[in-house]
Amino acid sequence: MLKNAQKDFIQRHIGTSEEEQKVMLQELGYKNLDELISKTVPEKILLKESLNIGDSNSEYKALRKLKNISKKNKVYSSFIGMGYYGTYTPYVILRNILENPGWYTSYTPYQPEVAQGRLEMLLNFQQMVIDFTGMDIANASLLDEGTAAAEAMGLSHRLCKKDTKKVFISKNCHPQTIDVIKTRAEPLGLKIVVGDEDKDINESIICGIIQYPGTLGDIKDPSEAISKIHKHNGKAVLVCDLLALAKLKTPGELGADIAVGSSQRFGIPMGYGGPHAAFFATKDEFKRSMPGRIVGVSVDRHGNKALRLALQTREQHIRRDKATSNICTAQALLAIVSAAYAVYHGPKGIRKIAESVSQLTKNFADKLKQSGYELYSDYFFDTVTIKTLDKTDKIYKNALDQQVNIRKVNSEMLSVSFDERKNLYRANQLLKIFNCSETIKETMNKSLSNLPKNLLRTSTYLDHPVFNSYHSETGMLRYLKRLEDSDIALNRSMIALGSCTMKLNSVSEMIPVTWKEFSQPHPFSPVEQVDGFRELFTDLKNWLRSITGFSGVSLQPNAGAQGEFAGLMVIRKFHEKNGEKNRNICLIPSSAHGTNPASAQMVGMKVVVINCDQQGNVDYDDLKKKVEEYSDNLAALMVTYPSTHGVFEEKITDICDLIHKNGGQVYMDGANLNALVGIAKPGNFGPDICHINLHKTFCIPHGGGGPGMGPIACKKHLEIYLPSHSIVSDCGPATGIGAVSAAPWGSSSILSISWMYIKMMGSEGLKLATQNAILNANYIANKLKDHFPILYKGKNGNVAHECIIDIRKIKRETGITEEDIAKRLIDFGFHAPTMSWPVPGTMMIEPTESESLSEINRFCETLVKIKEEINKIKNGKFDKIDNPLKNAPHTHVELTANKWTHKYDRETAAYPSATLKSYKYWPPVARVDNVYGDKNLFCSCPSLDDYKETAA
Amino acid sequence: MGEVKFSKEHEWIKLDGDVATIGITKHATEMLGDIVFVELPESGSSIEKDGNAGVVESTKAASDVYTPVSGQVLECNQSIIDDPSKINSDPENQAWFFKLKIKDKSEMESLMNKEEYDKFAKENTN
Repeated sequence: MLKNAQKDFIQRHIGTSEEEQKVMLQELGYKNLDELISKTVPEKILLKESLNIGDSNSEYKALRKLKNISKKNKVYSSFIGMGYYGTYTPYVILRNILENPGWYTSYTPYQPEVAQGRLEMLLNFQQMVIDFTGMDIANASLLDEGTAAAEAMGLSHRLCKKDTKKVFISKNCHPQTIDVIKTRAEPLGLKIVVGDEDKDINESIICGIIQYPGTLGDIKDPSEAISKIHKHNGKAVLVCDLLALAKLKTPGELGADIAVGSSQRFGIPMGYGGPHAAFFATKDEFKRSMPGRIVGVSVDRHGNKALRLALQTREQHIRRDKATSNICTAQALLAIVSAAYAVYHGPKGIRKIAESVSQLTKNFADKLKQSGYELYSDYFFDTVTIKTLDKTDKIYKNALDQQVNIRKVNSEMLSVSFDERKNLYRANQLLKIFNCSETIKETMNKSLSNLPKNLLRTSTYLDHPVFNSYHSETGMLRYLKRLEDSDIALNRSMIALGSCTMKLNSVSEMIPVTWKEFSQPHPFSPVEQVDGFRELFTDLKNWLRSITGFSGVSLQPNAGAQGEFAGLMVIRKFHEKNGEKNRNICLIPSSAHGTNPASAQMVGMKVVVINCDQQGNVDYDDLKKKVEEYSDNLAALMVTYPSTHGVFEEKITDICDLIHKNGGQVYMDGANLNALVGIAKPGNFGPDICHINLHKTFCIPHGGGGPGMGPIACKKHLEIYLPSHSIVSDCGPATGIGAVSAAPWGSSSILSISWMYIKMMGSEGLKLATQNAILNANYIANKLKDHFPILYKGKNGNVAHECIIDIRKIKRETGITEEDIAKRLIDFGFHAPTMSWPVPGTMMIEPTESESLSEINRFCETLVKIKEEINKIKNGKFDKIDNPLKNAPHTHVELTANKWTHKYDRETAAYPSATLKSYKYWPPVARVDNVYGDKNLFCSCPSLDDYKETAA
Repeated sequence: MGEVKFSKEHEWIKLDGDVATIGITKHATEMLGDIVFVELPESGSSIEKDGNAGVVESTKAASDVYTPVSGQVLECNQSIIDDPSKINSDPENQAWFFKLKIKDKSEMESLMNKEEYDKFAKENTN
């Protein structure tokens, strides 16, 4: 009795009961799950033994165990700075966004009609960044400050008309930023010059990267350096601080071309490195070359204002190896939290925080000077660097004894950064640590002479009404609720997006993320203070080893595409160390996810596309031909398994052998791992290295477009090249490729989510999850096959964990497209499946194991009803143009207007299924006009007058 | 005025003396959908046969434009930069992309005539 409770979570996670599974299996003609699997997965790769994860645990037991682990983290008061600062997440935002599945279980806003809420908040984020940086346009987040700076280098490189390969980086940049840029520059053949911006910009450069204020806190006027950079044909990139910009002149006003940084200190906990949203802002003329997603304003088909993702043709899913970046999953949820922070505090609130932080820092600095200390600079915002000389070690130790972390710059200097969480008590405690007899009194001097007069900001920011309307908690609560209500997330209905694995993100998995032991530590805290995290990382790495069959694991990459970049860099270094630097050809199937070729080009590899055969599998003959053609220079093959078409390709081991025989390495895209866990191990069937999307298979929620985590796992011969970090040196091998993320273990705090999932499910639960994911997909394929052709099947006509329905014939016969079907699904309350990828004119359905039979049936019935509507168009019962599909989705405004001009009735439009009468999702806008949006690009908050013109 | 010829990359080319006018075909615009942006090569620059000669973007696709022959760019069509929708409405006449002073007339020989191109386009449609 007691023993069985430990498996309770398995039934909470898996949506169908055992009885329901029996019914479904029967429909497919199988006795049990094992039989289904043995008839679906190639015999050669089917796992005979179980995973080595251990027993399942109940939610309560797992939480208790993790709590005990977390208690091994010591939470010191952090003054380390270096881009990570203490901040308070307003409780109304904590509960209503960060802890709210209505916000964190949503998908990237590719179906804008069902995403207006989060699109608005992301637009607020863009506006906030534009305001603080003084630039023209900003994107909806990048992965971290380091990679954002590297992306700025990327943009400058793409637009550089001169022959130079040099990139200048100020030595005043945060060290982790310099490291990430070095890692990203090397494969592109760019030469990094780290130096003093006042003296060392002497020749033609692609860009010059300056930190403002500097890493030691000093505020220097960057104008001259910017002129110099421009004189030498480079772009001027300022890595800046949002809170400092509340008081200082903006990068835009100073002449910068690009401004990047992190928005972490606007309400996001440090989380031992993440997740946080980085920002990227630039001039209008560079907009088509910008990386990342951009939210733009357009109109819907009634002419009402509607938001959407703009200029998508820059991105990897369209441009592939010519994309502006490989970025896919970013940090949407965190960008939303930061924007909410700005909405809640408003310009006055932010200015007050900035002034208090700076005032406290100044008072502290004055007392230090009075005690005889010499400061590195008289001009600073929140960070003071002190020349402690021979007292350095003693003071540093004093701090540790008081459970305070300060930054040891070198053997002669210490640095302290103040932030929103620091008060008089902390400042005086710090003075004592520095052996200062003085203390700061409440009534001290209130002048900010530490801010240079010529750099004081005079321009306003956060002027838009949205930042000035919701300063009471009730107001904010209702604003957040209104936005949440506009969207479809997993708390409403199934989101069967192929390749996204939108499975349950249980509350028990989410709870530990905000425990202070996980959310508060600074990423560069002394490692002795974070034994809890160490144990969490070790557990997770061991489990991922067991699951993948690989021996080496790095938890540093903070997205799948980051994992791809890191993995390919590992392969590249492997070849280099083997004396085969010439190996630079990367073979990629045409069906691959766009991030694959985009990542390959970032690693300096040349992409050669492999065709797919009629069955949608890698064309083995084409592969063989190209492998032989490029044999001498073959670096790698990138393969997804099961394929992006949802098929367990039989030839996978032959394919890997072929690559190995010709000197190449095999990279596996782990996006479809949900069909492999407990059933097959990539480490056994051929690949050398893979990434794992923790935000797919391992339950980190999608957050509207991030956060994600993309750890990589590899075979022994590649282990020595895994990512490392210069500040926390034992996170990876010294022989490794360097840092790919700003923080050593990426977005550490959300690793607790995957830890919880794996701990609760255990070996048995993980395998059951995979088996049921495959069952559900095959059940759907079987239910739909008489209505929509199922494109691509594997052994015994089975699919893996997803299936593709082909809409092309329907399009030819009736003019109805997959987009029309997607929009009509909204009228039924569903988010569309994956559209037009990997095959144009199709939809890819991945239910996951978390859906109930009733929801799966409802989805199938919906698609069947839509097919009936299509048939009505075909035989003339519905008009070819004026029909419910072409006009979908229907808003409540259109449906209740006094005038109804359509050739079909309102009830058909609104309630195509009777059950919708008791629970109906109403899209706030009608179909969004994409062409208008890209032709008339507008990426900041529209004026209030514009809102007055539109209908509700 | 010479006849119109077509490339495998869905460009058309009309030769008048040694000046070629180049654009993209109606078939190409149907594949792309509503065009929102076009980037043309720099006036005065030299481009080689099958080399990059700009980009054309719709909301769901971006396509490189290649030049079917080598030459020096004489003029670009500003009207399609100002209003890319002109490319959808009149791709094979008013919405030409750029004019080239060509080097080698023999490069035209390997291109397809209208009948050959129409057949090619049909076979290569999704």
